[in-house]
Amino acid sequence: MATTTAPGSAPALRLSALPPATGRAGLGGAIRSEFTKLRSVRSTYWTIGALFVVSVGIAAIAGFGIASNLHNNPWNKAGTDAAQASLIAFFELGQLIIAVLGALVITSEYSTGMIRTSLTAMPRRGVVYAAKLIVFGGVALVVSLVTSFISFFVGQAAMSGSGVSASLFHSVTIPRGVNMSPPPGGPNSNLPPVYHFIGTITISPGTVLTAIIGSALFVTAVALIAFGLGAIIRHTAGAITSVIGLMFVVPIIVQVALPDTWRWDIMRFFPDAAGRVLSVTTGQTAEHLWSAWPQFGVTLIYAAVLVGVGGYLFRKRDA
Amino acid sequence: MIEVRGLTKRYGEKVAVSNLSFGIEPGKVTGFLGPNGAGKTTTMRLILGLDYADAGTVTVDGKQYHDLAYPMREVGALLDAKAVHGGRSAYSHLLCLAQTNNLPTSRVGEVLDLVGLSDVARKRSKGFSLGMSQRLGIAATMLGDPQVLMFDEPVNGLDPEGILWIRNLMKALAAEGRTVFVSSHLMSEMEHTADHLIVIGRGKLIADCTMAEFIARSSGAAVRVLAVAAKGGTATVDSDGSLLVRGMAADMVGDIAFEQGIRLHELTLLRASLEEAYMEVTADSVEYHAEARTGAAPIGSGV
Repeated sequence: MATTTAPGSAPALRLSALPPATGRAGLGGAIRSEFTKLRSVRSTYWTIGALFVVSVGIAAIAGFGIASNLHNNPWNKAGTDAAQASLIAFFELGQLIIAVLGALVITSEYSTGMIRTSLTAMPRRGVVYAAKLIVFGGVALVVSLVTSFISFFVGQAAMSGSGVSASLFHSVTIPRGVNMSPPPGGPNSNLPPVYHFIGTITISPGTVLTAIIGSALFVTAVALIAFGLGAIIRHTAGAITSVIGLMFVVPIIVQVALPDTWRWDIMRFFPDAAGRVLSVTTGQTAEHLWSAWPQFGVTLIYAAVLVGVGGYLFRKRDA
Repeated sequence: MIEVRGLTKRYGEKVAVSNLSFGIEPGKVTGFLGPNGAGKTTTMRLILGLDYADAGTVTVDGKQYHDLAYPMREVGALLDAKAVHGGRSAYSHLLCLAQTNNLPTSRVGEVLDLVGLSDVARKRSKGFSLGMSQRLGIAATMLGDPQVLMFDEPVNGLDPEGILWIRNLMKALAAEGRTVFVSSHLMSEMEHTADHLIVIGRGKLIADCTMAEFIARSSGAAVRVLAVAAKGGTATVDSDGSLLVRGMAADMVGDIAFEQGIRLHELTLLRASLEEAYMEVTADSVEYHAEARTGAAPIGSGV
């Protein structure tokens, strides 16, 4: 491609004088730099776009599916967790999508060699790492909150009129259980079965808000787990594989391989458990897990340890 | 001003740099020569704090690199032109670097103009040719208007126009009183560019002297005498009938000819090329990989 300098001509070193330097390069500049980095590559937009489309899209599909099911089988209203149904794609699939971005924030610096340029410009590595963490953590939190709320609203809109849709503005009461009898007129009757509901569950706006925000915090914590693993492994595919292993493969192996008697006591120590507890609004949490916030604490401890070890290695190792 | 003192770096068993000491002075282009694997890039990485030294110190203007208040205002370094995120535009790449050192955003446009990349500022750099990438890397080094510049193999893979451009740039930077430190293994290129030389082989200093001194020390230096009988020195008859005298300065040859009443038609001082001088000096480092170079006094290492 053409350049504007004449062939071989001595370049004019006519640069304007810089303003006098005061203080020293620090966290403020590093944060601005990391934000520029994040918003100037396409992978950021691809991953955030995919997170949004998958989370909101599946929330809508699930909402219409539930509405249709309840229309045909109204007894299924009992215990239906409408809020969780709208959030499940976000926290189960969305966590992996944003984990890809979390890993890339670090590993793309190594795969491209940019890390050498970055650390030459700003050799105080603790500052660089902190700036990356703050910028990515902030973006992940905002994106997760926005996606979580929109998934919820779109999902509930899809099930409006079904009698179970949750609300942030008023309490919703749904049946707790159901007693079913075979349809009258014998086994081959076309009549619907006879059923009557037992008890009620009242879902308050506060409970719903906790599920929405809790899911977003969980996804953000998983994003930070990926960030930490990225800093430790410094290789994109390796970091993403590790996140999948930690969040999906290991829990499944534990579930399948360990005896019933104590596998649940192990499950609560894995970082994936919190998502299933935080998103529940009908009070029907898995018996052997802790309640929402202590279980989220487990995920946060994983994130803190991995981010901490990543930071230590980021400073200590040759770039 | 760069000061390297007793620098040592090992990668596992391999000693990349061994007790290396030298200083780089401002106002001239200092060439950094050595065979592949001699430790040139490692030394530059150690200067910039990208790798941590096992022993020894490096200071830039008396400070360790990571203690510089605004590193980009003091040192501009280009180690690898492809060490950029290819998905980022030239403009964004320079902007994110400028922001780390609180440099004004307007600076980005200025350095893009300086290197002639303004037309492609918004293009992603993965589409850049090597020459354009080198220009982008040089633009980054100039963002902070630093007094010290370091380039690792800047002309590798460039076309003649690009080579000439970088050569002139380095000379212009040195002429402004800046410290220019440039590594290469292209001797013909260094001969055109460098004023001073640091030569290393297998991680150790071989020579630290001026270009002229380095070449003069080569045994390739000789005096070419036409139609004269030699006295002293080593004389050989060349294919064209001229006499080649080694080990004796040109004025001595002239004096002898005068004393003997011999008419000289031509008395030419032959200088070795940098390439010849370099090959002679680094022969050991290249040839005997398993043998340590012991007791080889560095040439002119007066630092």
